[in-house]
Amino acid sequence: MPTLVSHPEEVRIVSSRFGQGAAEIDRYLELGGYQSVRKAIDQGPDWIIAQMKASNLRGRGGAGFPTGMKWSFVPKQSAKPKYVLVNGDESEPGTCKDHLIFLHDPHAVIEGTIIAGLAIGAKMGFIYLRGEYRYLLKIMEKAIADAYAKGFLGKGIFGSQFDFEVVSQTGAGAYEVGEESALMESLEGKRGVPRIKPPFPAVVGLYGGPTVINNAETIATVPHIFRIGAEEYAKIGSERNGGTRLFCVSGHAARNGVYELPMGYNLKRLIYEVAGGIRDGRPLKAVVPGGSSTPVLLPNEIDIGLDFDQVGKAGSMLGSGGVVVLDDTVCMVDFALRTIAFYQHESCGWCIPCREGTDWLKKTLTRLHAGAGEMRDIDNVRYLAENMLGRTFCPLGDAAAMPTIAFVKKFRQEFEDHLDGKPCPHARHTVPELAAV
Amino acid sequence: MADVTFTVDGRQLTAPAGTLVIEACRAAGIEIPAFCYYPGLSLQAACRMCLVRIEKMPKLQTACTTPVGEGMVIATETDEIKQARKSMLELLLANHPLDCPVCDAGGECELQDMTFKYGAGGSKFTDIKNHRDEQQWSPVVFFDRPRCILCYRCVRVCNEGMDVAALGIQFRNSGAVIAPNDITSLDCEQCGMCIDLCPVGALTSDTYRYKTRPWELTHVGTICTHCGDGCKTTLGARREENGMQIVRGDNRDKSGMNGDFLCVKGRYAFDFANNPERLTQPLVRQPDGKLAPARWEDAIALVARRFREIREERGGAAMGVIGSTRITNEEAYLLQKFARGPLQTANIDHHRTTDYPGFVKALGGETAHFGSIADALTAPAILLVGGDPTEEHPLLAWNLRTNFRHNGSRIYIANHRAIKLEHQAKATLRISYGGYADLVRSLAASDDASLPAETAHFRDALRAEQNLLIVFGAELRGDAIAPLIQFGLSLPAAKFACLGDFANSRGAMDMGLHPAFTPGYQAVSTVGLSLPQMMDAAGRNELAALYVVGDDPVGRLGLAPESLRNTFLVVQDMFLTATAQVADVVLPSASLYEKSGTVTNTYGDLQPVKKAADTTGVRSDLELIIRIADQMGEDIRALVPFGRGERGDMGQSRGVQSGEADRHAVWLAAHNLEPKLSPFDPDALLDEIQRLVPGYDVDRFALMAGEPQPVRVAAGSNFPVSTGSESIQPANDTLFTSGTLGQYSEKLTEVNRFQAEKTLVAAG
Repeated sequence: MPTLVSHPEEVRIVSSRFGQGAAEIDRYLELGGYQSVRKAIDQGPDWIIAQMKASNLRGRGGAGFPTGMKWSFVPKQSAKPKYVLVNGDESEPGTCKDHLIFLHDPHAVIEGTIIAGLAIGAKMGFIYLRGEYRYLLKIMEKAIADAYAKGFLGKGIFGSQFDFEVVSQTGAGAYEVGEESALMESLEGKRGVPRIKPPFPAVVGLYGGPTVINNAETIATVPHIFRIGAEEYAKIGSERNGGTRLFCVSGHAARNGVYELPMGYNLKRLIYEVAGGIRDGRPLKAVVPGGSSTPVLLPNEIDIGLDFDQVGKAGSMLGSGGVVVLDDTVCMVDFALRTIAFYQHESCGWCIPCREGTDWLKKTLTRLHAGAGEMRDIDNVRYLAENMLGRTFCPLGDAAAMPTIAFVKKFRQEFEDHLDGKPCPHARHTVPELAAV
Repeated sequence: MADVTFTVDGRQLTAPAGTLVIEACRAAGIEIPAFCYYPGLSLQAACRMCLVRIEKMPKLQTACTTPVGEGMVIATETDEIKQARKSMLELLLANHPLDCPVCDAGGECELQDMTFKYGAGGSKFTDIKNHRDEQQWSPVVFFDRPRCILCYRCVRVCNEGMDVAALGIQFRNSGAVIAPNDITSLDCEQCGMCIDLCPVGALTSDTYRYKTRPWELTHVGTICTHCGDGCKTTLGARREENGMQIVRGDNRDKSGMNGDFLCVKGRYAFDFANNPERLTQPLVRQPDGKLAPARWEDAIALVARRFREIREERGGAAMGVIGSTRITNEEAYLLQKFARGPLQTANIDHHRTTDYPGFVKALGGETAHFGSIADALTAPAILLVGGDPTEEHPLLAWNLRTNFRHNGSRIYIANHRAIKLEHQAKATLRISYGGYADLVRSLAASDDASLPAETAHFRDALRAEQNLLIVFGAELRGDAIAPLIQFGLSLPAAKFACLGDFANSRGAMDMGLHPAFTPGYQAVSTVGLSLPQMMDAAGRNELAALYVVGDDPVGRLGLAPESLRNTFLVVQDMFLTATAQVADVVLPSASLYEKSGTVTNTYGDLQPVKKAADTTGVRSDLELIIRIADQMGEDIRALVPFGRGERGDMGQSRGVQSGEADRHAVWLAAHNLEPKLSPFDPDALLDEIQRLVPGYDVDRFALMAGEPQPVRVAAGSNFPVSTGSESIQPANDTLFTSGTLGQYSEKLTEVNRFQAEKTLVAAG
């Protein structure tokens, strides 16, 4: 179980109850829990959505879509039941924030789910945990049972006229079901492959009903927004990037762990100040800023604010908040191979470019890294990635292609060095284990 | 829906709103390549071959999932798209075995075609390709994963088209593989639709794999000889030592009224034609009592001599003729003409499996209410009385499922047992085995309070329908049909279909192979003996001669062989059936796949059959009848109108007596047809059928172009009271049996055994 880290510059909102026993419902109540949902019941859906829009909260799963706007897309009238779906399929290598939320603050997820349900007029919510988080399911299920016992879930929640049910469920172990429509397929008991869009989940989602699907961190943030006020929350972050974010630092930083910092916090400062710099004082080689699917940044590219817009401007993505720090012992070909091996393994196989592209990237990189490469292999790696990019059914293909293109572009010399018969001139084979649990 | 206007590659086009870009482009002659897109099946967007650039959209879009929009500007031929297509094919071929030189699909492979047009010249990749060994999933289906491109057509056609769901996807990433849901083998209807839709050679059929190349075959589209639905099947034949042998049956060009569909029989059960037991030489009973091979001229001379003698000594009433449900209309027509003419007998019949005369009688003159198989695809509501189309009429079942899937049609089922189509049914009424007549009476009757609530509910729902296709089979016969017709005619719109069992059951009846009717249901003055009556008469030594063309009454009815001992028995057949074994002369005949002509399916759709193959030593039934008649000294021109005939004055002057031949010539001229030069030309008989048989005067050119022509027969005014429905004997075939003929299909037998074993295993 990861130990909790802290730093004075943290602004602890989502993580404010971490390490305080809030998984127990009474403790959660002591810490001010289930107050936001009562407020939400009193004020009604239009107010909830207005507040969410005012908070500038953007989806924490990686795409950064404004949450309030997403909720407002759900039609008010629907012949089919509406659903709230919590995406806890946290699988992006380098990311381990939702894990802490489920572990330390499961009631925040439940409370956020109810508020989302009130906002869109749903009577049912699902909390979907990744298959590998099976051991967290017990915590989640106990929290749900406790909430039912208190009358916070079920018929007439909190003594109101609203009914709301929550069910938790794990996947079977597939990165792909982190994609929202694939998650719905999985939850419906089918093979976890994505659906054709449109229709989007807000119109046709789970079991064909209008569905709001949000990342677990997004949902866990919702009660805090109503606790501290939407405007106050928005003020914390940078422009159009409201609030805080859980950043998961892994790799060669001195103090790896999950830190909650305001959106827009400087990446260089995160590494060198908050996370204590590079271990053993070694030089920094590269940083993956937002989970393994985001293009790698060079040491001279990291003096940027960590929000969706600034990281995007630097040619990468804020992604899931998984900051992977690499020092000079890392072979970038090895790292590229490790990354591609993951996406190859996790490709669902549905569409040609992702299925075949990741397969051939892995084959080529394996051989290249082993020292049996040719010059054209380097071009082929880039060719493969560029021809996957933007052409796959779902974003998984892009997730494999984007970092690969960056690796070749920024570290081409290392790839070429591998052709000279020396299998791995840059590394002592110390690629760090990525922080995914 | 309203039309929208959009631009593709600079061309302004219009299409109804909601049309997919791929369809709109194809309609305008702009090719958008695609593997996974298949019209009629659900959308996948998996192969990414159809990517196009649509202005104002950030990424390339799949043309197969994007509907056209007003003002949309689409590009399909830019360098960007060419590169996308090229790279997609490079990726597909990277793991593909490229075993085209031995692959079944070589030459008719969509991956080959696409690579030729859109692909790269070479491969960039040098690593080892992924491999899996080939698997056999059933007696007819093999799967070769390395060739598979995962377009999921097979999975979808099995789920959606067949409602069988025998196939799924196992594993993920490049290890993803199509697999039977039953783990190692297919629990399915063995239709082979998966093979048919497979764009590459991943799914192959046991009957064809590694046998030949498609370009070595002649491909002939003809009509399946098995059930009464009349699907078009394309037979691939190649020259072998004993003739042109069929090596493949498939739905190559999908131009038939069966569209995409073909069942296990149409696809695989052509192999009876190559059965080693096939007769290829006439057999004549010798003084020692044994059948021995004989010369053709001797055998035919013997038959002709004995027929003539018996006619002269005992009269035509002592002779009988039994026709077949699998011969052409022309042969059936000729056979009854031969019986009623040269043989001077009214004793003519065939294996009747349903009561077409009863149907025609009940419908009276309401010929607009005849349904066709195409109606099953479009009718908003369907009532199915009895039967199990999935087993007995696979195309009807396919059409009903497709109609339900695409149009949400309402299917009502009344049956004494559970049938698979109930999955799609809006309402199902379970009745007793003998309860069909009562049911249809209660449909037609004025409200009856004593009716069980369920039946009343079913009836009320049906009465509320505005446009109903009513399908029934042999469960309703004789007078029991009339109330159903009466009920249907009381609705604003209704059509009817009567289900019979074999490829030309309907044609055999329409052509007058019946003791009470000449062709077109014209009543005869003297009714002859029915098939069972003839067999009884033979048993009583009252039938001196029996001419059986393509039937096996002894085997089918389980008759004692010695009951025919004192009857001069001539059998024309492909095999030494139980009847042939006791015959005095056996003449080897051609199968439906070895001759040309027309057949009429059970819905009354007239279609041409074309000779696809031949077996050395056999002759068509048409030729055999003519040769026997010729040997008997009959005037062949009286049987078959061929040659120029007596033109006379084209019937315009009273100066010359207009003979039959003249009228024929007049008719031919009026229909822009030439006289036929040979009596063996089946078209000569088709001319006469079209001229004389009510309902058959259809558009000849459309017919020959392969368009099914609806035959609409009105009941004559002198219709007999009884239509002889007591001698009807349904075949009760399953999906894997096909009367006597089916027993000679080794593949069908093998599939049957496989299915039986699966059922046994499932039952523990």
